[in-house]
Amino acid sequence: MLENLAARVNQDANLVRRGRSVSTTFLIAIDNADHLVRVAEGKVVEIKPGPFITPNYSFALRASRESWDKLWSEQPIPGFTDIFALVKKKLLRIEGDLHPLMTHLLYFKGVIAAAGKGALAAPRSGGAA
Amino acid sequence: MSPRFEPAIGRYLHLDLLGQPHRLYVEEAGSGIPLICLHTAGSDGRQYRGLLNDARITANYRVIVFDMPWHGKSSPPAGWQNDDYRLTSRDYVRMILEISAALELDRPVVMGCSIGGRIVLHLAHEHPDTFRAIIGLESSPKVDPYYDTSWLHRADVHGGEVCAGIVSGLVAPTAPDEGRWETLWHYMQSGPGVFKGDLYFYMIDGDISDKLDQIDARRCPLYLLTGEFDYSCTTEGTLEVARRTGAQATIMKDLGHFPMSENPEKFIGYLLPVLEQIRAGKQATAA
Repeated sequence: MLENLAARVNQDANLVRRGRSVSTTFLIAIDNADHLVRVAEGKVVEIKPGPFITPNYSFALRASRESWDKLWSEQPIPGFTDIFALVKKKLLRIEGDLHPLMTHLLYFKGVIAAAGKGALAAPRSGGAA
Repeated sequence: MSPRFEPAIGRYLHLDLLGQPHRLYVEEAGSGIPLICLHTAGSDGRQYRGLLNDARITANYRVIVFDMPWHGKSSPPAGWQNDDYRLTSRDYVRMILEISAALELDRPVVMGCSIGGRIVLHLAHEHPDTFRAIIGLESSPKVDPYYDTSWLHRADVHGGEVCAGIVSGLVAPTAPDEGRWETLWHYMQSGPGVFKGDLYFYMIDGDISDKLDQIDARRCPLYLLTGEFDYSCTTEGTLEVARRTGAQATIMKDLGHFPMSENPEKFIGYLLPVLEQIRAGKQATAA
């Protein structure tokens, strides 16, 4: 699901510029499948799929596959257009040290959005909510 | 492009507000029925530039936009450095009434968005006879906190970056880039702690759920316009307000939480019929 994320981010010069002072590892959980995403100076340099015994990361974004699919839908769905929309619905949980996320929120939102472009997202399961 | 001035005039109004001297930045354009416009939390009056520049509106309305104290070009009161800013329902209502009185407005229309869309419900509840009509943009009875607002005001996080980051998803995904980034720029320029201070009203003090049934839209016409992509003031919240007050509600397609600045042209398409209705009401009364 995230296999092309690094290429999508790293080819977006504007996004990399926005994140030029970001170097951290964060976790994306899709259902129970964890992925560690390592960022260095705004570029995604490694995406490591779990499971992990002792994952080391700054913050984690955890949601069901269904919620991620809606967020990454090609057609925007009201109520599912942003990670904080999902947080408000209690469909996404943000955990850990939020400081890197909040200091570079526009950048990380751009990274998350990049995962939803084109064929990256899982095939839509049924109609939009 | 040949140089040109926009029709709006901006001036500083000196007045006593909430018991303290204030210097308030006010822009206006047009003539006719006074239309007071209230900006969102952590932003300023620039959000209403589209209205100030639209001759279809200014032909019949005197559009008045002020930056709330602490916002935009309105300074905080003297001594601001000794306290944290925090907006309350009581102060917000008083502020609007005192500014309207200072400008000697005769039964103006008041329109507000988000926190402005909430406070106009308080005005409809407490002062229905003061206003000719009330327009709530992105109005909801309450919004429970859904993130820790202390992130918005701490020295180790850039306030402009985080405030824009928080609200960025509230702009409709279908908004034009220029409107989206102009809207975010206003948030990036907000003073330290101002957005957080406004959210005290929005998420804590301004809950009007238990008073909605006492609002009577027959006493003061109440119109509600909400963007379909607003997940903060939800369409469900707006429809609840309409159901319990008798207000006329419209859900606006392809718009989010900042309709007047993220996509002014599309928003004005929804606003013009409302302004026409209000004008027609005035003419009907006068006849």
